[in-house]
Parts: sequence; structure tokens; C-alpha cells
Amino acid sequence: MTPQTDGPTAEAALTALPAEHRTRLMALAREAAFPGATRIFEEGGEADRFWVIRSGTVALDVHVPGRGQAVVETIGRGALLGWSWLCPPRRWHLGAETRGPVRAWEFDAAAVRGLCSERPELGLALVTVVAETIGDRLRATRTRLLDLYGPPGSPGNGTGP
Amino acid sequence: MTLAPLPYRVVDRRDETHDTVTLVLEPAGEALSPFAPGQFAMLYAFGVGEVPVSVSRTPDARRLTHTVRAVGAVTRALCGLRTGAWVGVRGPFGTCWDLAAARGHDLLVIAGGIGLAPLRPLIDAVLADAREYGRLNVLAGARSPRELLYQDEFPAWGRPFGAATVDRPDDDWTGRVGVVTTLLGEARFTPADTTAFVCGPEVMMRVTARDLLHRGVRPDRVQVSLERNMRCATGHCGHCQLGPLLLCRDGPVVGYDRAEPLLTVREL
Ligand SMILES: Cc1cc2nc3c(=O)[nH]c(=O)nc-3n(C[C@H](O)[C@H](O)[C@H](O)COP(=O)(O)OP(=O)(O)OC[C@H]3O[C@@H](n4cnc5c(N)ncnc54)[C@H](O)[C@@H]3O)c2cc1C
Ligand code: FES
Repeated sequence: MTPQTDGPTAEAALTALPAEHRTRLMALAREAAFPGATRIFEEGGEADRFWVIRSGTVALDVHVPGRGQAVVETIGRGALLGWSWLCPPRRWHLGAETRGPVRAWEFDAAAVRGLCSERPELGLALVTVVAETIGDRLRATRTRLLDLYGPPGSPGNGTGP
Repeated sequence: MTLAPLPYRVVDRRDETHDTVTLVLEPAGEALSPFAPGQFAMLYAFGVGEVPVSVSRTPDARRLTHTVRAVGAVTRALCGLRTGAWVGVRGPFGTCWDLAAARGHDLLVIAGGIGLAPLRPLIDAVLADAREYGRLNVLAGARSPRELLYQDEFPAWGRPFGAATVDRPDDDWTGRVGVVTTLLGEARFTPADTTAFVCGPEVMMRVTARDLLHRGVRPDRVQVSLERNMRCATGHCGHCQLGPLLLCRDGPVVGYDRAEPLLTVREL
């Protein structure tokens, strides 16, 4: 991961790409703006786009019968929103909803996949970046499963610092 | 430092969460020497026992403020104390957060659960002397919103960056969800010029320190607060030993360059 010098840039998820690839990819980006409480995508829907968040926060959720949407993670500026578009079945495995206004770069997944097959080097670089995001989220999920704030052996509500 | 507990009276108490209480203590006569942020006292609940508890604010040289989470017999007794009750106090013990080493640096203050308590006097000290430091980032994680401490103080800490995140949101929580390290992505700091202060359960500190190192913060500039069961707190009984360290004397605050090899071995 690239060290950040001043907080994340708006395209932090893409800064690991060589400049030339980034320029080509950004040529496919269009600006998107969502007001608060917008459902960007639904679990099970077709993953035909993805976004890099420029400002604001997006909550990722799963539908829990009887409880509605349960938020499992929030992501913010510089993060990649959506990776289910990369490999089949290309269906969202979570839902996404904005928490307040969000600005993002939006990418058409088919166009990006097209660019990747035209330029395999760019494809490899992009897949590496996406894999890193998936890796980060997997690590975060596993860490949460460890129950970070309640060490083993402690009673249900955790122990000292 | 005295070896026998001095009598202190509870002059104020505040429920922080469903199981955590902040007590303000005032000496009945002689006072202990002033505590530095990161140091701890041995608090004796009469007839129950004695436990180490960090200072969670240092309002003046005489009074002591502690935030205690009820997890067992002694901490439950301490949390149950009412205004006017007596406590025996020994201290100050242990090492403190090395703020002098952080001058001119960006600061990351990263807390898990009740780990925010020992970090609060450090945040107070930084805010009181803000020009000496770079950007302050306070990142707090808790299991659920009802376990998040000092929520009313966050607005004051949130400049330029402060955020809290929980693992398990409830219906009213509109803040971040996820492990505390995910907040690092949005914090504002220059890794090569950053000092980080980390306090929480050991696994949380390990995960956080690893992430900080990965982002380019130097291991000797990551300070963690380590805990072991304590008895004497004076370096004699050996109860608090972690490898070559006696944590009541050489800790609780230790640089991650020293702590890492001790935290990553399976058995000592
Ligand atoms: C340097 C230091 C500073 C501390 N600061 C604070 C603080 O500011 N606020 C606070 O609420 N707690 C703090 N603690 C933790 C506190 O000392 C323990 O929660 C307390 O000793 C538990 O005692 P008990 O009799 O209530 O529980 P016990 O019945 O002894 O134990 C209940 C549970 O707590 C665990 N436990 C016991 N002692 C410790 C310990 N020393 N560290 C970690 N887990 C322990 C046990 O494994 C058990 O799961 C600190 C500990 C240390 C070593
Ligand atoms: S508690 Fe006795 S040596 Fe540390």
C-alpha cells in the first residue's frame, strides 16, 4: 500500500496504479453525486458498475429478515466501492447506501473489463489493486471475528484496556 | 511514591456506559505525587482487593480521575462506589506516554474499548499545547455504540480528524462500522513524521501496530500500553512479567520495537 502523506487523495484506491494506466482508466470515469440515504445498489443486483469515493461515507449492509438492513461496514473517501463486478457471477453480495451526500468517480464495469483485455498489463495492475482492497476487507472481517475489544477468556463485555 | 495506600474520597462519579464509571478522587490528607498521562494507580476497594487502573484525566496535582470498567470483583466494587466513599490509592506507577518524543510530529491516538481512558489525559495535554504538535487524529473503536466512552468529548477532539467506529451497530448508530484500523485510511498524517499512541486489548494493538508499520510509521514511534496482572506494582513480585520486562516498572507504555517480539511469541 502506498504511504499516505496528507490523508487519502480522492482516488487513493487507484494511486497504486502506474500513472499511465491511471490516466487511461480515469478517461472512463464519470462524476457521480448521490444525496444522503441513496441506495446505490442492492444485494443480488447486477454488478455492472463500481465507484471510487471522493467524499462522504457509504454503508455496506446485508438484509436480515425481520431486522431490515444490518450495516456491516462503512467506507469513505478514497475507497473502492464494489468489487463484485470483477468476476462471475457479477452480483452484489452486499447492499450499499450513502450516509449523507457522496461524490464519487463512477466506472462502467464492462468498459473497464474491455480496457483490461485490450491492455493486459493495465488489467493485471488493476486486478492487483482490487485484490488488495478485497484483502483489506477480508483482514478487517477476520479481525472483527476475533472480537477485537474482548480478549479471549474475558466475560461477555470485555475486560481492561 | 508510597507503598501503603493513602486514603482518598470519591468526590464525583459519573456513569460513562452501562458498565463503566469515572471516579474523581481527592486525598483525605497527604496526596500522592502527580501522575503523568499513561501512568496507573493501584486502587484498593476496602475488603475486596486491589487492582491497577490508569489515570483517565489529570485535572490538578491533587485530584485523581479514573475510569473503571466492571469486569470482576474488585472493579465491580469500585464501580459501585458512591460519592463520599473511601478508596486506598498507591502510585504513581509505571512509564508514561512519551509526548516529548512526539513534538513536531503528526499524532495518531488509537483506542480500543476502555483503552481510550489512559489516552484521554494525553489528548488533553496535546490540545493544551497544540502548537507543539502536527495534526492530531483520535481514532476510537468499540464493540458496540453503548461501549464507546466519552462520546460527548469527541467534538472537541475531532479537529482536524477524529472518528469512532463500532463492530456491531445498533439501530441508532449513524457513525462508522468496522475495525478501528479502517479509520486509518482517512486519518491525516505523514507516516515518516508520525508518533502513534495505541491502547486496547493486545490483539487490537498488534493488528493496529502492524497496519501502522505497513503504512510507514517507524516501530519505535508506535507506543503501546501493555497489561499484565499486577500485585506489588513495585517491580518485586514478578506477577507482571513479560519476557525481560516487568510491566509495572518498565511499562505499561512500551515502544512497539520492544513490544513486538514479546507479543508475537506464542508462549513465554
Ligand atoms: C497498567 C494497567 C492499567 C489498567 N487501567 C485500567 C483502566 O484504566 N480502567 C479499567 O477498567 N481497567 C484497567 N486495567 C484493568 C484492570 O486492572 C482489570 O480489569 C482488573 O484488574 C480486574 O480485576 P477484577 O477483580 O475486577 O476482575 P477479576 O475477577 O480479577 O478478573 C475479571 C476479568 O478481567 C481479567 N483481568 C484481570 N486482571 C486483569 C488485568 N490486569 N488486565 C487485563 N485483564 C485482567 C481477567 O482475565 C478476567 O477475564 C488496567 C490494568 C493494568 C495492568
Ligand atoms: S506487579 Fe510485582 S513485579 Fe510487577
